[in-house]
Amino acid sequence: MKLSSRSLLHALLLALAPLAVQAQTLRIGLAEDPDVLDPSLARSFVGRVVFTALCDKLFDIDEKLVIQPQLATAWEWSAEGKALTLKLRSGVTFHDGEKFDAAAVKFNIERHKTLPGSNRRGELAPVAGVDVIDAATVRLNLSAPFSPLLAQLADRAGMMVSPKAARAEGDKFGAHPVCSGPFRFVERTAQDRIVLERFPGYWNKAAVNFDKVIYTPIPDATVRLANLKSGQLDFIERVASSDMEKLQADKKLKTSRITEIGYQGITINIGKSEQAKKNPLGRDGRVREAFELSLDRQGLAQVVMDNEATVGNQWVAPTNAYYAKNVPVPKRDIARATALLKEAGEPHPSFTLVAPTTSDAQRLALVVQAMAREAGFDVKIQAAEFATSLNMADKGEFEAYALAWSGRADPDGNLYSFHGCKQPLNYAGYCDAETDRLLDQSRTLRDPAERKKAFEQIAARVLKERPVIYLYHRNWLWAYDARLSGVRNVPDGLLRVTGLKMAP
Amino acid sequence: MFEYLVRRLATLLPTLVFVSILVFGLQQLLPGDPAKILAGEEQDPAVVAYLRGKLHLDEPLPLRYAYWVVGVLRGDLGESIRTQQPVRELIVQKLPVTVELALLAFVIALAIGIPAGIASAVGQGTVWDYGANAIALWGLSTPNFWLGILMILLFSVQLGWLPASGYVSPFEDLGANLRAMVMPAFVLGNAIAAVLMRHTRSAMLHVLSSDYVRTARAKGLAERSVVLKHALRNALTPIITLGALELGTLLSGAVLTEQVFTIPGFGKLIVDAVFNRDYSVVQGVVLITASAYMALNLLADLAYFLVNPRLRR
Repeated sequence: MKLSSRSLLHALLLALAPLAVQAQTLRIGLAEDPDVLDPSLARSFVGRVVFTALCDKLFDIDEKLVIQPQLATAWEWSAEGKALTLKLRSGVTFHDGEKFDAAAVKFNIERHKTLPGSNRRGELAPVAGVDVIDAATVRLNLSAPFSPLLAQLADRAGMMVSPKAARAEGDKFGAHPVCSGPFRFVERTAQDRIVLERFPGYWNKAAVNFDKVIYTPIPDATVRLANLKSGQLDFIERVASSDMEKLQADKKLKTSRITEIGYQGITINIGKSEQAKKNPLGRDGRVREAFELSLDRQGLAQVVMDNEATVGNQWVAPTNAYYAKNVPVPKRDIARATALLKEAGEPHPSFTLVAPTTSDAQRLALVVQAMAREAGFDVKIQAAEFATSLNMADKGEFEAYALAWSGRADPDGNLYSFHGCKQPLNYAGYCDAETDRLLDQSRTLRDPAERKKAFEQIAARVLKERPVIYLYHRNWLWAYDARLSGVRNVPDGLLRVTGLKMAP
Repeated sequence: MFEYLVRRLATLLPTLVFVSILVFGLQQLLPGDPAKILAGEEQDPAVVAYLRGKLHLDEPLPLRYAYWVVGVLRGDLGESIRTQQPVRELIVQKLPVTVELALLAFVIALAIGIPAGIASAVGQGTVWDYGANAIALWGLSTPNFWLGILMILLFSVQLGWLPASGYVSPFEDLGANLRAMVMPAFVLGNAIAAVLMRHTRSAMLHVLSSDYVRTARAKGLAERSVVLKHALRNALTPIITLGALELGTLLSGAVLTEQVFTIPGFGKLIVDAVFNRDYSVVQGVVLITASAYMALNLLADLAYFLVNPRLRR
């Protein structure tokens, strides 16, 4: 029997086939099961991880948090900042073959604003209406200037779904989402997997190197890592900080560490409820200052996070362009803390720190307790499951609460809702007319230098009052197969699947 | 026996109603507002208000219970607020997974527990007895999740023999299904094997010391026949009761095992639903679990008839 070189090649290819098939599926381990896959209704962080593959947005952000074009290729603000004109990418289709155009953008913005239960309504509140100029141009009219809008459109509020599918499915759209991202929805088994396949009509298909993406939720960090090590996953998010050192020695795996855009802090009840008046921390600013001075942030980061965190004292990390340099991170000063407590007439204040039951939050509470004791504080720890703790915070049934925030690309998303009077995330009950004025003013400014100045003024006021004591910014820790290239470390902690490639 | 069956079935219905009221009521005692949890990080007041309306949270409790019961009677268990999937669909997806896991675990438990119990009773005071007791003690005192993680580290990460976690449907690939299930089934079955072994041992010791066994031995029957045919059958009655109860334990034990091995079954479903205050999912799952538990106990009672002829009269 004679074998031609061609049939030999065939045989070889056949033998390699299973390997090739394997390499074309990207398997990603998530820390939680995402919620509904409808950009208007979605609420969870992990849902956003899946959306990066499924739904393109008008804009994206890059590693430096700079706005980048995605479905919108160019933008222009009107002189007074009350209209934003967008040029749209041409030749884009949704997964069902429908065309993406200005009418689709109008439909989507209106859907975000009107769908019952939409979580985007607040994010797009200043958008009063949308005008279709021509098929590739659209104008968003605002009721007042709103500089964080571009950042909002670079997240779920800027995600575009197929109008036809959305109309047909109504509020059941999330069960079979139809968008225009690099991958389209195939199936979902709750708590097991979300399967997406390559969308052949994608506008940037040269950047797509996988046929399938499978997201698997595995809540336990040890098990998630075991799956990566045993080769059942190619990429995992949120590696336990205690595993990082060992992982870096593993030649088969690579790791990424990215400073988050969120933060870990301690919220203090200073005016949320009557309890604020009974709270030694809430009653007297000097006690809060003493509490802050009793904490060694570097020590906290080291013990609680195995040094996988950047210490900070504001809603953005010191590395952020909008960090207010006029209020630097204070150093631990026990002598000053004790003196302040004496001055306040409370040498041994006692309060309860509510901490969610996650291991990070519990460790944090223990270390804070030990550190504050040296200044004379008696900190009691109350562990509460997350839903319970949120309820306590909302009702003001707490004195201090260890709360983390996942963060938004624009500082406004870490600030406005937390420190504006009566805002939904203002658990501290902080309310100051001048801060409110500054917050509103910061939203009208587009020039980065002017915005920075406004944030500095806000920082000077808010951080003196300490409704929240900001402690550190955690690192997003990722681990993945060393053959995987093109991983982009974007600080929002969401893995971009375009540009990823698996070497054989 | 027919009359007995009817009587038993008649008591099932009120029990189910009671369970459903209990589940519905207890859930309201959970701290935290489900609308707030479901509203996600942003806590937009408009969204919270919308969800409260959708979940009927502002209406009186009995009325909400009535809404739910009417739905259940129509075969509609509601919808998961978190993922928009119908609860019935979730249950149909996940029940077979947990049933398979529980059955495999139970088979493993029986295969280890009963022979070990017999061996240790027959060889009381010998090395077999001490050996089996030591193993039982180990099985009882080893936490599920810890054993699970150790097994994953050994068999998946170090040796690479078995998948670390996940689930494949047996209809898709039976081999892959069994490979994925063997570790969780062992972890789950292991603790129950220990309980079964202890009970088999004590029941067998009791029976082996009774008069009829002595008579059987005196008339020259082979020891094998005395133990397996005469003694075991009498010892089985309490073991069957225990088995049925332990099947219930299996369902709850599956909660932890499913978390560790990321098996998308009932246990994981209910844990996630409780933490997310996804009420309709919790209610649906508990209702089905309670029904299954009652059905199992009924089956156990019927099994007594099979092993114990005296009850048939």
